[in-house]
Amino acid sequence: MKDSSRRGFMGKAFGAVAGVGAVASLYAMKKSWDMLPSVKAAGFTTLDMSAYKENELVTEKWRGKPIFVLKYTPEMMGKLTEKQKARTVFINGEGYLVNLGLCTHLGCIPGYNSDTQSFLCACHGGTYDFAGDVTKAPPPRGLDIPPFKIDGNKLVLGEEGPEYKNMKATGVTL
Amino acid sequence: MAHFEKATSLHDWMNQRLAVDTVRRVMAKEYWIPKNINFLWAMGMILAVTFGLLLVSGIFLLMYYQPNVATAFDSVNYTIMKEVEFGWLWRHIHGVAASVVFLIIYIHMFTGIYYGSYKKGREMIWISGMLLFVTFSAEAFSGYMLPWGQMSYWAGMVITNLFAGGSLHADGLVEWIRGDYVPAQAFLNRFFMLHVLLLPLAILGLIGLHFAALRIPHVNNQDGEEIDFEAEAAKYKAGNKKESKVIAFANDFMSKDMMVVGIYLVFFFYLVFFHYDFAMDPVNFDPADGLKTPAHIYPEWYFLWSYEILRPFPADPGLVAFGFAQVIFFALPFLDRSPNAVPAARRGAFKYWFWLMLVDMIVLTGMGKLPPEGIFSTIGLVAAIVFILLWIALPFITKKEKAL
Ligand code: FES
Repeated sequence: MKDSSRRGFMGKAFGAVAGVGAVASLYAMKKSWDMLPSVKAAGFTTLDMSAYKENELVTEKWRGKPIFVLKYTPEMMGKLTEKQKARTVFINGEGYLVNLGLCTHLGCIPGYNSDTQSFLCACHGGTYDFAGDVTKAPPPRGLDIPPFKIDGNKLVLGEEGPEYKNMKATGVTL
Repeated sequence: MAHFEKATSLHDWMNQRLAVDTVRRVMAKEYWIPKNINFLWAMGMILAVTFGLLLVSGIFLLMYYQPNVATAFDSVNYTIMKEVEFGWLWRHIHGVAASVVFLIIYIHMFTGIYYGSYKKGREMIWISGMLLFVTFSAEAFSGYMLPWGQMSYWAGMVITNLFAGGSLHADGLVEWIRGDYVPAQAFLNRFFMLHVLLLPLAILGLIGLHFAALRIPHVNNQDGEEIDFEAEAAKYKAGNKKESKVIAFANDFMSKDMMVVGIYLVFFFYLVFFHYDFAMDPVNFDPADGLKTPAHIYPEWYFLWSYEILRPFPADPGLVAFGFAQVIFFALPFLDRSPNAVPAARRGAFKYWFWLMLVDMIVLTGMGKLPPEGIFSTIGLVAAIVFILLWIALPFITKKEKAL
């Protein structure tokens, strides 16, 4: 009786020590897989918006991801719906699409057709209009908008300006 | 046994220390195999041999492969293929084996399903086998990343995005798995580690479990006959080899197994030397480029059916269907409610179920390869729904089956 309770105590004590060790090492393992600080720090890109041509899609690179920049023609500006307007970045009276060039379905890069002014994601056939709003499933939502800050003629990607915060608050982007 | 005698031979010396005679008796000479099984039962041995080929060729590839985003592509496509003598051989063996191993796994699985080898006390064989299948899938996927070509990169992008869980938007989890915003250096190193260490270790352990699960309930047979292994073994040992329903694994049964393995190896090396390209996607001969997606992304043929189950649905139901397809096979022994462990041909509605499932998965495989447009999407959608309905129907149709 005495013996077995002693053994029981040792068992519990060992269990407690092992449990603390297991939790601590799981925490260390989780943290070891986190993004390195150097990778995080490289996450900003500045674009000069005056360089883009109308209805010509340019793919920039930010955090290793493609960023679509498309300057609207006056005709496109004219037919903007309210929904499209909410997704548009306005700089000095010009409208731009600035979107993450990865399909919101599974992350392929959609292609832009300047004649039909729409995007087609060849992977599973999703389509988007020229403002990056989804027009045909499977993509569950329009192309995401990267965090941006307007700075005169420049756009800083990776920083959250008031316009971006507003888009987030109104649910235009994630 | 702590009493040792002066050894009379090397064999005796080993026997006193490793009990080689006992091990050989238990594992080979008195390990009983039913006589009435056909060549389809040799798939296990073929898989073991193929795994051996993968291991050896992998070790040779490992000596020149460089897990670095800047050099990985060239280390495979230039160094190993052009500079290392016989490097092409290891790569082609590795590539072909990685593809063929799935063909054999599927044959192995469907043999088990057809003959009801997952039932009545053999559930653990089935479950450990399915665990092996899943681990092999992860092994194949992580290996596919390593040459760092376009398909590697984009397959890595698409598959890791699945972990965001559709509208759950667990993007943090995806970035944690990648160690970066996109597949990059951390990702490549991680998958390299998984492919050459962690997953092979898991596979070796699971192979041990799979064999152990088989050793006690013994292997099933072509007629689903319940054999009294001890009585039959006694007949065999008494010299009544003809009357006995079983034979010893070694060397009797092995000789037949190895015959099948021999034929397989001729076919295998024919592929390695003359048709290695079927296992190599041309898209993967372009180096990875994060700013350009290949026009049409598809996985290797062995994942097409489950990929196609994901594809025709909107994002969330698609993910659920995909998850369903991944785990449902595990439940097979419990969903099949009939008491009969006999070939599907002698069972009730199950015989139609079996062939429908097989054909449906072939259709899904075909549609998964084709671009998701027009009639192909429709066929894919129907096949995906049929797949799910078949599984839902299984417990009901097998419950009705009369005991034979
Ligand atoms: S990734 Fe674009 S439609 Fe699926």
